[in-house]
Amino acid sequence: MLVSTNWLKQYVDIDHVSTEQLAEDITKTGVEVEQVFEPTLVSDYLVVGYVTACDQHPNADKLNLCQVDVGNGEIAQIVCGADNVASGQHVVVAKPGAVLPGGFKIKKTKLRDESSEGMICSLQELGIDEKYIADDYKDGIYVFNESVEAGQLAAPLLNLDDAIIEFDVTPNRSDCLSILGMAYEVAAMYDHEIELPNSEVDQAQEQSSDYVDVTIANEEANPYYGAWVIKDLTVTTSPLWLQNRLISAGIRPINNVVDVTNFILLEYGQPLHAFDYDRFGSNQVLTRMAEEGETIQTLDGEERTLSSHHLVITNGEEPHAIAGVMGGEESEVQDGTTTILLEAAYFDPQTIRQSSKDHGIRSEASVRYEKGLDITRVKEAASRAAQLLASLGGGQVLGDIVEAGSTSWTPYVISFTKTEMVKRIGADISLEEMTQIMERLRFDYEVDGETITVTAPPRRQDIVIKEDMLEEIARLYGYDNIPFTLPIGEMDQGGLTVKQKRLRAVHDYLQASGLYESITYSLTTEAKAQRFISPDVRELNVSPVKLAMPMSDLHSHLRLSAVPELLSSLQYNVARNQYNVGLYELGSVYTQTEGEGTQPDERVRLAAAVTGLWENHPWQGVQKSVDFFVLKGILEGLFDYLAIDGIEFKQGEIDDLHPGRTALIELNGTVIGYVGQVHPTVQKEHDLQETYVFDVNLDALLAVTNTQAGYKPITKYPAIAQDLAFVVDQSTPAAELAEAIKEKGQPHLESVRVFDVYEGEHMEAGKKSVAFNLIFQHQERTLTDEEIDQARTAIVEYLQTQYDAVLRG
Amino acid sequence: MKERLQSIKEEALQQIEEVKDSKTLQDLRVKYLGKKGQITEVLKGMGNLSKEERPVIGQLANEIRDAITEALDTKQETLEQAALQQQLKEETVDVTMPGKPSQVGGSHLLMNVIRDIEDLFTGMGYEVAEGPEVETDYYNFEALNLPKGHPARDMQDSFYITEELLMRTHTSPVQARTMNKHEGRGPVKIICPGKVYRRDTDDATHSHQFTQIEGLYVDENIRMSDLKGTLNTLAKHLFGEDRHIRLRPSYFPFTEPSVEMDISCKMCNGHGCSVCKHTGWIEMLGAGLVHPNVLEMAGFDSEKYSGFAFGMGPERIAMLKHGIEDIRHFYTNDVRFLKQFHQV
Repeated sequence: MLVSTNWLKQYVDIDHVSTEQLAEDITKTGVEVEQVFEPTLVSDYLVVGYVTACDQHPNADKLNLCQVDVGNGEIAQIVCGADNVASGQHVVVAKPGAVLPGGFKIKKTKLRDESSEGMICSLQELGIDEKYIADDYKDGIYVFNESVEAGQLAAPLLNLDDAIIEFDVTPNRSDCLSILGMAYEVAAMYDHEIELPNSEVDQAQEQSSDYVDVTIANEEANPYYGAWVIKDLTVTTSPLWLQNRLISAGIRPINNVVDVTNFILLEYGQPLHAFDYDRFGSNQVLTRMAEEGETIQTLDGEERTLSSHHLVITNGEEPHAIAGVMGGEESEVQDGTTTILLEAAYFDPQTIRQSSKDHGIRSEASVRYEKGLDITRVKEAASRAAQLLASLGGGQVLGDIVEAGSTSWTPYVISFTKTEMVKRIGADISLEEMTQIMERLRFDYEVDGETITVTAPPRRQDIVIKEDMLEEIARLYGYDNIPFTLPIGEMDQGGLTVKQKRLRAVHDYLQASGLYESITYSLTTEAKAQRFISPDVRELNVSPVKLAMPMSDLHSHLRLSAVPELLSSLQYNVARNQYNVGLYELGSVYTQTEGEGTQPDERVRLAAAVTGLWENHPWQGVQKSVDFFVLKGILEGLFDYLAIDGIEFKQGEIDDLHPGRTALIELNGTVIGYVGQVHPTVQKEHDLQETYVFDVNLDALLAVTNTQAGYKPITKYPAIAQDLAFVVDQSTPAAELAEAIKEKGQPHLESVRVFDVYEGEHMEAGKKSVAFNLIFQHQERTLTDEEIDQARTAIVEYLQTQYDAVLRG
Repeated sequence: MKERLQSIKEEALQQIEEVKDSKTLQDLRVKYLGKKGQITEVLKGMGNLSKEERPVIGQLANEIRDAITEALDTKQETLEQAALQQQLKEETVDVTMPGKPSQVGGSHLLMNVIRDIEDLFTGMGYEVAEGPEVETDYYNFEALNLPKGHPARDMQDSFYITEELLMRTHTSPVQARTMNKHEGRGPVKIICPGKVYRRDTDDATHSHQFTQIEGLYVDENIRMSDLKGTLNTLAKHLFGEDRHIRLRPSYFPFTEPSVEMDISCKMCNGHGCSVCKHTGWIEMLGAGLVHPNVLEMAGFDSEKYSGFAFGMGPERIAMLKHGIEDIRHFYTNDVRFLKQFHQV
């Protein structure tokens, strides 16, 4: 909302305060100021000139040599290039010394040997946006149409001395979508008087009701409709003052009739519509819901198809306007229109909102209807419009407005006590201060003891409950005057839950192990949403959740794994010469397990993607690319860190992963994720070198409770180490052998670790040698050789029968 | 014999003195002190000496043996020291060469901001509450005093999945959910961080996905001044003790009154500069007293209970703190960006 301070001044005194201060004060007490536009041009060197003579420049075909009276009988010779300059015109002259927008300085000069003492200006040169300029003056200088005097300052005439404030009006303060509303706000803020516009109108003997009859078919959608007939009008250009007002608010002047309706829209916040009575097609107005499929040609030339939840204004048969949104082309006011039907109505906000949304039209009118208007002022606004139309268009306002429906309003009555306000605000505001605030707001109120009962005025639709009054009191008392306190209450423990602490530990661990925390988008493409899905998600048999109306295909589906977006992030980095990158993300995936349309489960999963060198220390000859075991190691470390037992890595296959370098991760026999190399063809798609990823159900890990009580004493007896190497089939998984060793080596075998694997030369084809390091330990004594030998024999015999394993000498 | 011993001593000490390596030294040890060494050889002739002379010579021989032994040991020590010095000298490294890099990753700036705020509030007795990102229309809007058709829904254009299901547009539904769990009994003190989604085209200042962190405190006797005090603590914690705050009226359907909090501009100290658009203030967050409808819908008696709520965007805070100009940096995961920020 753009508010002209020149205009605002007509209703409330703001002379004592600078625009900057005014903007700050309003921001602090009521409505946020977005921007202040200081006057574009205030200059004593910019005056009205009267062109006394205009001849062709002796030395230039395209230039005119003008003699211009610039006041006090001073005649200036000015060279002017505009086609439309002529003697007898009142024009805008920038005298030497003037500085025009853009820093253009006017000086006395010579053009083709003729002196030129200033410049006759076009409106563009004065900083007025071309969209507001009438066609006549678009390509030439501006010529005053009204009576002005040579020498008169030009800036005020063109409103160039106006400071304009742009407000960001919140949806609850629809009252501030009008200059009057802003005037009330300013008056309350400064405790100033407010001067309301005069809306009295002289009415002819002849009655509007002789010309029109109004019927409302749906009073819910259209509680009130008033129609006023004004005849013998001349449609013409509006006077400068009116044009200035509209331009200051960002509205393009059109003609006096349309301009007056727009002026009232800005002044009162009440949209009005003028129909050309003679082209309305009947003498009755019927407002009704449209029929399905009914059409109307709107003012913008578009044909609109209506449906039964759109309110229309009809002549009994045909729609002539989409109520509150846009008028129809058929009865548009145009040059030659002499009789108008002025609509002043109140429409249901929801109905207008729906209509505006369906047709994609957000007009100045619909925005206001949508938010709710002061129904008690509809008629006053119409009267003010009629008065202006009569005076500007020479029209005759016929006898009283023809009405249907009602403008009655049941006000909200709100009672509160001083004590409860003080208690909720936390500032010691007195009863008297509170009633003063009511006075400043011009709210009707009564005081009984310390109870204040307020009747909210209809212009303030946002005042409904006690808390609304709390806001009024607090903001006008001044938020700055409220003290800083902290809540008084019982001490709470607060803090993070065990799960939240474990989650943080996971972050700390992953970062310390070399990965960077990342955040990717949850919404991805349909294709990406289908990839890299872990078997434990896959088996839920869900498809990615799809947005009803995505903005683009890039973000249309919810992810089932973060890996695809992490790969895109790697690709982004590599494309920028960052070749060694390790990223992880801890975030939700969305599985609609209860069926389409139900709220999905959100499972927190841990995903990572690593590419490039993992160890990079070239001057000591260490440069190793990431490999499968780097990521596996990170995961194993994590499981240790979280003290999670029962994890197994098993050879597996997953689409998009290298079939020989993929492991499924099981927790107590249930798959919870995978780790592996991205399939070479997928790597290529992403322009990536060897890249490894994992995706693990973190919720499953965090669900493992780990309440450790006591500890295992540190034994003083020595441990005994034994190395055993077996030759087995190449396909035998080492972990399986280790597991078997562990089982058979009991009761004293404490740990088994693979320390070497060998295949190739000196080894039978299809065989490999796997070497294990075994640690035996007894808590209370030193183990005997017999005990170790016994275990060893058991292990060797078992592996031989079970895996055809041969112990190497 | 006496002379003979004396000359052995002088010769030995002389030779030991001149030794340059431990092999020669060892040879000298054998030569003089060994089983067949010179002193032993001399002492073999002891039998020829008189009874009186024997102890004298014996003692002298012992003294000389000790002197040579000491000289040998000292020399040995000296040579070893020299050898060690030599070895150390040869082992010298260029300490300015780069160390072997440990793999160290790092945390995301947005998460740093969120954790920092969580820590501040958990220290004040708040709990961290979370909720779903795919939310029901009820919790995202209706329970927050935004019934269907409410004009303020336009302020938050949403990604719907079905008519009743959408990507949450703010973290406020977590407040409603948590209050529900409390079954009408206070206090409720929570801080709610999380991802949120709005229909915005990604550009330097908009992101269809971003983060929010909200706080809620519901109890008997919560005052607007408590909100002011809490926000003041937060602002100073985030931006420094010398910052000031101001509240100004705003509108959110779930709070009444609603305010926005500005913080005095750090760049110009409140005097006005391009960062604060010459106002001296920078908008930081939205807040207010919990709307009675929201309390009632969540099962709280709004006559007995009151509360405040506030919500902010970690992106905005991070951008202000570090002068980051493009919100997309938070979501591209460019390591050149990620590497710059540290949790501590």
